[in-house]
Amino acid sequence: MVSPALAPDDVVKALSIEDSMAYLKSKHPDAVSDDEREGYSGVVVQASKLVEVARAIRDDLGFDYLSSATAVDYLGAGDHMEMVYHAYRTSGGGALVFKAQTERENPEIPSLVPVWRGADFQEREAWDLYGIKFPGHPNLRRILMWEGFHGHPMRKDWREAYYEEEQKPFDNRWPGGHVHRSEEKNVFGKNVTYPPDIDLNRLMDTSESEVYASLGLGVDVERILDKDGFETNELVVNMGPHHPSTHGVFRMVLTVDGETVTSLEPVMGYLHRNHEKIGERNTYLHNIPFTDRLDYISSMGNNHGYVLAVEQLMSLGRKYNPPTYRCEAIRVMMVELSRIVNHLWAIGFWLNDIGAFFTPVLYFIQERERILDFFEAVAGSRMMCNYMRFGGLFGDLPERIKSVSNLTNDRVRDYNTMQFLTEMVNERIPRTIDELEQLLTQNEILLERSIGVGILSADDAINYSAAGPLLRGSGVAYDVRRADPYSIYPELDFDVAVEQDGDMYARYRVRVTELRESVRILKQILPRLEATYGESIWADGKPGAYAPRVPFGEAYGRVENGKGELGYYVVSAGGRGGSSNPWRYHVRAPSFINLTPMGLMSSGYKVADIVGILGSIDIVLGETDR
Amino acid sequence: MRGLTLQEATNEASLGENMYGTGLAKGLMLTLRHFVDSFVDDLRYGLRKYSHATDNFGLRQGTEAKGVITVQYPDEKVAVPERFRFVPFLIVEDEDHPIRSGKDWCTSCGICAKVCPPQCIWIVRGNDPDTGRPVPEPEAFFIDIDICMNCGYCAEYCPFDAIKMDHDYELASYDRTSHHIHDKEKLSKPASYWRDIAPTRAYEEMLVRGTWEHKDAAKEARRGSASASTRSSSRAQEPQAEAAPAAVATSAEAAAAPAASAPVEGATPWSEDDAKREERRRKALERKAKRAAKSGG
Ligand code: SF4
Ligand code: SF4
Repeated sequence: MVSPALAPDDVVKALSIEDSMAYLKSKHPDAVSDDEREGYSGVVVQASKLVEVARAIRDDLGFDYLSSATAVDYLGAGDHMEMVYHAYRTSGGGALVFKAQTERENPEIPSLVPVWRGADFQEREAWDLYGIKFPGHPNLRRILMWEGFHGHPMRKDWREAYYEEEQKPFDNRWPGGHVHRSEEKNVFGKNVTYPPDIDLNRLMDTSESEVYASLGLGVDVERILDKDGFETNELVVNMGPHHPSTHGVFRMVLTVDGETVTSLEPVMGYLHRNHEKIGERNTYLHNIPFTDRLDYISSMGNNHGYVLAVEQLMSLGRKYNPPTYRCEAIRVMMVELSRIVNHLWAIGFWLNDIGAFFTPVLYFIQERERILDFFEAVAGSRMMCNYMRFGGLFGDLPERIKSVSNLTNDRVRDYNTMQFLTEMVNERIPRTIDELEQLLTQNEILLERSIGVGILSADDAINYSAAGPLLRGSGVAYDVRRADPYSIYPELDFDVAVEQDGDMYARYRVRVTELRESVRILKQILPRLEATYGESIWADGKPGAYAPRVPFGEAYGRVENGKGELGYYVVSAGGRGGSSNPWRYHVRAPSFINLTPMGLMSSGYKVADIVGILGSIDIVLGETDR
Repeated sequence: MRGLTLQEATNEASLGENMYGTGLAKGLMLTLRHFVDSFVDDLRYGLRKYSHATDNFGLRQGTEAKGVITVQYPDEKVAVPERFRFVPFLIVEDEDHPIRSGKDWCTSCGICAKVCPPQCIWIVRGNDPDTGRPVPEPEAFFIDIDICMNCGYCAEYCPFDAIKMDHDYELASYDRTSHHIHDKEKLSKPASYWRDIAPTRAYEEMLVRGTWEHKDAAKEARRGSASASTRSSSRAQEPQAEAAPAAVATSAEAAAAPAASAPVEGATPWSEDDAKREERRRKALERKAKRAAKSGG
């Protein structure tokens, strides 16, 4: 019961998810209805009323944080397009899921950018990959594919150049597997259709100004580029795609007035491989190693989010055993070690960006290497761990971290696993964090470079759907591990790191605190591992099947990864067509969405600060571009 | 002005009373310590650094090490742990196996081709030339190692332990088109190789299978059909696609296995008890083989 002392506003803001849905239905009876499909949740909102309802969701109900906005193509299953939104309260709790539907031909859904700026890049992605138009969007351009790309690749009827079959496993691999290379059979060009008005022999570069004008920099580019008119000091500068500070192939187009940045527009997609299309051709199991390749700095966390999403779906069915306690403990240990790796890496390379070139980062990498040694011994690979399975893990911890000489000149190592872990957690990692602080926290150069630079206010951070250290550095104590807990986090003792200033230094401080909190969690995990020694990591004692049956439904699995909230939206077609492949597989990539406020954070600062601001967001292009 | 001023921040970092530059100096002290540490470490290990003794390598790479060590690849290499996974290989029975020498463990069931995420495994199932019915043996087996993502699924889900992840990561070549599609010949390695590179895991798998050699070898021995090369088509089974590896390790089955496989050479990876048990088992098998040889004439 809600206390009567609360003002009516607060009563509504404290409603449970069910009551919130009821509230929406009563307020907009003809625009909002329950999503009644089997295994689905949330409400369906009439597209024409979407903005109005979204405002009610944000302002009346207090779901101020739009985590994910993505499209689904239901070709052959209702033949409509759908936008799915997951909104949360920054005070914690579950998601209010709402959807808007439109037809497949000329799909159109009003933009939610006026309500949540965080929808900006996500709607552009939906336009790019699904061809949904968003009237009201200030800058609706392609974001991952290039302007001029033919078609919208995530639509179910779009086929890639090396198209083989709708879904894996492909029929021609067994029993008649006569090997070929797809590029030999499918010479590029044969199965590619060009729009009728394109003549390949007469392709020409578009003029500079057209490119820049489309970037939405908010300046009169013509005037800048006009060589006669010297009335301005503004200049367009390209940083990237091959700029060492961009941590990959990433481009920022900025206009500068002298040394001061007046506007900035991130340009991405250089590493785009349509991870999600691949994911929808794959079976559920196939996707786990592919998630490793998203944020390749912390692949354990990527695995975790995905298996959580699929386990959510599997739990809708009858034959499902949740993972054992030991399995959960190992999972948490692995993701916390990944978080340490991630933050050491992030801080190290951020320092590179602001000028402390490579001395600190190499000290951190030294520790990271030892953690990766451990991953390699347990999961089989240092970075592409592919360690988690639905309902379990690839394998239990080995007794010993041990190698066998195999190649000539091999040097071997042999440690007891638990002893190695204990020493790492109790001594080495804390020592490294102490060193890190000694080296940096009070370093005057660092303070001068980072304090008051790249400021993002709390309201903006929430409105722009920032996540992870970027959000917490702006004074919003929102950590998925506490706000919407999963696995065994509720029983673990740790604090959410938060800093109020919203600048680069605050983000650095958040990361340092999180390193310490991760160590604190690991110290609690070790005795749990000892206590469960010998127990199986599988609920029924034997490994899961390679083709699990996943019932109808949708699931959104999210975890707090090093870079922020990582979410997987998975739709299962269940019996539909009898496939074991996800109908929809979407990744809510923190590196991608955290770039939305990049322009806002950068304007007014110097060009040299931009590099540092980007570093302080901590992106990885494998995840940004997907 | 949003945020803190520098002065406030330095105060917050409890530096208020300190001189400007103290934080910087503190950091430099740490750099100096790292610098000195690496030399102290060098002195402690002296020329042993260059020796090929593995014990001090393990130490210097371990949790207690202070300095940094550079591994002089390719003169030195860090041996990979047992679970390390690189491009897979196929297991064939050891040369010295009495009845199945050189035979594939693979039954061409196709599971690995199905679980392979990038779909880089190609298997041609064998057919009996007389009856035309499928036999449990691949006619051809290809892995496109340019596409293989080293995920290890094929090894993990193979119900016959017939495909394993290799440790040899030095696969660079000058021409990918001729070298990077591995065929059956290139993929095949004897079972003893797997026991060498991953003794603990090979041992665990043996316990599950109940024999050091292929499951079928044990069955064949029980049936008394010593000749493994003549296979009647009635035995040709189409393996159950969903079949999980049989998790039976009955001692009866282990004892029924022919005395083909010698225990792993070199250091035993498991406990001494296990080693003794293994020794007893080996002797029992030897005795049994002798008896069989006598009575069989
Ligand atoms: S799963 Fe094993 S037995 Fe089946 S085809 Fe592959 S390697 Fe052969
Ligand atoms: S390791 Fe993975 S990618 Fe490589 S062949 Fe095996 S299943 Fe396929």
